[in-house]
Amino acid sequence: MSSIPEELSYTKEHEWVAGVDDGLTVTVGVTAFAAEQLGDVVFVQVPEVGSTVEAGDAVGEVESTKSVSDIYAPVGGEIVETNPAVVDDPSLVNSDPYGEGWLFRVRMEGEPEDLLSAAEYTTLTSGES
Amino acid sequence: MSRSTPLREVHEGLGATLTDFAGWQMPLRYGSESAEHNAVRTAAGLFDLSHMGEIHVTGPQAGEALDYALVGHLSVLEPGRARYTMIVAENGGVLDDLIVYRLAPEDFMVVANASNYAKVAQELTERAKSYDAQVEDRSDAYALVAIQGPNSTAILGKLTDADLVGLKYYAGLPGTVAGFEVMIARTGYTGEDGFELFARPEDAAGLWNALTEAGAELGLRPCGLSSRDTLRLEAGMPLYGNELSAEMTPFDAGLGRVVKFDKPGDFVGKAALSGHPAPERRLVGLVARGRRVPRHGYPVTREGEVVGVVTSGAPSQTLGKPIAMAYVSADALEKGNLAVDIRGSQEPVDVVDLPFYRRSK
Repeated sequence: MSSIPEELSYTKEHEWVAGVDDGLTVTVGVTAFAAEQLGDVVFVQVPEVGSTVEAGDAVGEVESTKSVSDIYAPVGGEIVETNPAVVDDPSLVNSDPYGEGWLFRVRMEGEPEDLLSAAEYTTLTSGES
Repeated sequence: MSRSTPLREVHEGLGATLTDFAGWQMPLRYGSESAEHNAVRTAAGLFDLSHMGEIHVTGPQAGEALDYALVGHLSVLEPGRARYTMIVAENGGVLDDLIVYRLAPEDFMVVANASNYAKVAQELTERAKSYDAQVEDRSDAYALVAIQGPNSTAILGKLTDADLVGLKYYAGLPGTVAGFEVMIARTGYTGEDGFELFARPEDAAGLWNALTEAGAELGLRPCGLSSRDTLRLEAGMPLYGNELSAEMTPFDAGLGRVVKFDKPGDFVGKAALSGHPAPERRLVGLVARGRRVPRHGYPVTREGEVVGVVTSGAPSQTLGKPIAMAYVSADALEKGNLAVDIRGSQEPVDVVDLPFYRRSK
């Protein structure tokens, strides 16, 4: 079973969100559970730096051998940074989903809604695996 | 409730991700599907194909019955040899693609896809009625394990005295592998040299483990359906449900060569297939210029107009680019400048001859 770090927040779309408690800029990636379900990731499309997104917007995609998944903005705000390393080497999503495989950073506007705790996300994924 | 092959526990022990395929729980991958794909291209891979169906047609007129029931000329097949063929409906639509082995003068084994074999067995039974031949679905009596890749002969050779070097492509012979009685066929669905071993279900795990052990030093990896699909796509091989369906004839799929009009007598579909018009659409290979992957069902477009549809698509390990097979109108193919509509954006593609990959002999 893949690990689910305690300190992160999660979405139902299998993304993790770091830094929510600071209320400023959050980092977003896909969970190890999602990476396992996808299989080998071959293509990652990240949003454009400077674009403004709303929570729930489809802002990118992660493509594997067998399938493609949209990436949703877990919070609203401005995209301030994306990870060039993961665009160059999409396999980072598989090898280090919570680290080198991060996707983008958002400067939050307003309060995030509907994020899950690690415990809630564990419950969600135990029903799907 | 989906069915399990005799190797279910072996797969679970290897940590396989299982998936439902045509009502069967099958290994999708064991680890990285790219590594599995590359193992078959460079060393060897081991596949569980026990979900496939095996239907025996036996008796003095078994060959004639198959000549009538299928589009191929099976009565002239030499014992020990195999043919790729198809079963079509009266209207010429493809019901399944098949490999037929002549095991003995009066014993043919028809290997059908998991999703179709019940229907194929039923059709064969119906079509063989007026012949001195018996049709029996013996799918449950077989496990099927394939070893594919350039090291296949070396690995299998450690476990059998059978004449593997003398065994031709599309031929099969009975043999003993690691002490288990099997039918060894030189067939496959990966574009590589390799073998398919038809074994008793109770021998499947022992056979699998013996092959795994023999292959350990030669790069053998267990491989799931995910890599099987990308391997056959690179090799330009059709998959029923994608490139083939009841809505198209063998000619539509560019496989008209399997229809043997010159064999004696009538066969099911002959009238419909005779004088078939040249198909308006052709099955072609596409290579994407970008990194996004054309997938099954995506429209092929030309200047914004839909001119075809993708039947299979995947990132190609061997080419390092996304590839696809697609049905495209002959007219648009002539004009060129094609794209695939990938979720709303028109991604340019180049048309190439199939297969995408051909092994060096």
